[in-house]
Amino acid sequence: MSAQLAQFLLSGLTVGAIYALVALGFCIIYNASHVINFAQGEFVMIGGMAAASFLGAGLPLPLAALAAVALAALIGMALVKFAVEPARGASVVTLIIITIGAAILLRGLASIVWDKRIHALPAFSGEQPIEIAGATLAPQSLWVIGVTALIVAALWWFFNRTLTGKAILAVSHNRLAAQLMGISVRRVLLVSFGLSAALGALAGILIAPITFTSWDVGVMLGLKGFAAAILGGMGSGPGAVLGGLTLGLLESLGAGYISSAYKDAIAFIIILVVLVLMPGGLLGGRATERV
Amino acid sequence: MLRVTALESRYGRIPALKGIDLRVEAGELVALVGANGAGKTTLLRAISGVQPVSAGRIEFDGKDVNAAPPEERVRAGMVQVPEGRQVFGPLSVEDNLRLGAYRRGRAESAASLERVYALFPDLVERRRQAAGTLSGGQQQMLAMGRALMARPRLLLLDEPSMGLAPRLVAGIFACVAQLRAADTAIFLVDQNARAALAIADRGYVLETGRIVLTGTGAALLADEGVRSAYLGL
Repeated sequence: MSAQLAQFLLSGLTVGAIYALVALGFCIIYNASHVINFAQGEFVMIGGMAAASFLGAGLPLPLAALAAVALAALIGMALVKFAVEPARGASVVTLIIITIGAAILLRGLASIVWDKRIHALPAFSGEQPIEIAGATLAPQSLWVIGVTALIVAALWWFFNRTLTGKAILAVSHNRLAAQLMGISVRRVLLVSFGLSAALGALAGILIAPITFTSWDVGVMLGLKGFAAAILGGMGSGPGAVLGGLTLGLLESLGAGYISSAYKDAIAFIIILVVLVLMPGGLLGGRATERV
Repeated sequence: MLRVTALESRYGRIPALKGIDLRVEAGELVALVGANGAGKTTLLRAISGVQPVSAGRIEFDGKDVNAAPPEERVRAGMVQVPEGRQVFGPLSVEDNLRLGAYRRGRAESAASLERVYALFPDLVERRRQAAGTLSGGQQQMLAMGRALMARPRLLLLDEPSMGLAPRLVAGIFACVAQLRAADTAIFLVDQNARAALAIADRGYVLETGRIVLTGTGAALLADEGVRSAYLGL
């Protein structure tokens, strides 16, 4: 393997892990409510920006990161409380438009509360690069990949081993039956939006030392995560991870071997190709529903 | 125990329930019969709180539950087995059952699980199987078992015999009678009017959103109108 290829793969995996986290956020909310939450990218932005500002206020990095994730989760739950719940009974399309509105609002608030400058977080454990197969890997990339792996394992455990996780799955499979069993759809929505927001924020914090952050990074990261979720099959957890990593690798290889000018176009080409040729995505599968 | 007064519900501008009055006392088995589209399912959903009510009152244990969300009604002891079984297909049989006891503690849930398995031994050997792979009859048992996991004091049954082979229908009705004997009040909606009225203490006949007739199960079975309209006699 050439050192160049190894380099492209490593950076593709790093950014792919971030897309996977964002895609998982899309996936959790989609499962609970069939809503595609276009404010998902803003949670990524809030994570990075809030961590940077908490750090600037003197908090140590781990605390700043934790506080930023908690803040994003609260904002996610507030989104349910003040935007989704008041529109109770509205169609899914209406709710999706509400999330687009929320995204614009959050972006605007961020540019006022913080500023319009570019911010950076320090790398979590130094900048000394590690050499693998002739390629160099920043320690921060290990953080990104490692934390993503941990999160994926934790989510698997949550949805497969805990009753709360299964209650969320139950709501996604059959909302009516779940309600009749005494599962509160309202609580499930709060938990899923909070969880998705926390995942997005975590992604934003992990990537901020590598790519910097600013008030408007949410748009692109959100769309990339959406592309990853579509590629993997909307609603599938393993699909979101696979879609994220695939998108990251394709982007990195495309930028390396074709032209870095097309880097962002790749995600959108993927959305088009997947929607036209295989709307179920890689692991979506369930295109029809039994009646 | 359950008292419904002047209940109205509509789909958009189309009224589905036009002033329903009925009651179910503790330990009673009450049947509701009516043709397709009479509003039976709408009525059950309104009682469970998953269908909006435009007028009237629903009381459970003397308390007004009109404004209570569905989960609070379940906690109060009013549990529904929905039409068409509605099991959580991809989840295992045991997960389906445990979700029925979602609101209750781990120990209570385990005790209920044993009782349900004793009542439906077919489910024991399939506990790890995905619920969607069960036969229709087994899914109906699972749906009933799942509701029993919540320890209902009033069980609302919507079309438990729909789409089942006659032998299985007899099994379901035997099970309903057994639950009633164990002091669970039951409000039973079924197309199989004869079987439903035969085991019911009392019955109501629903026609286009109105209760048109009420009486003991035996009296309704003997009623000329009921016989010609619902029993095909």
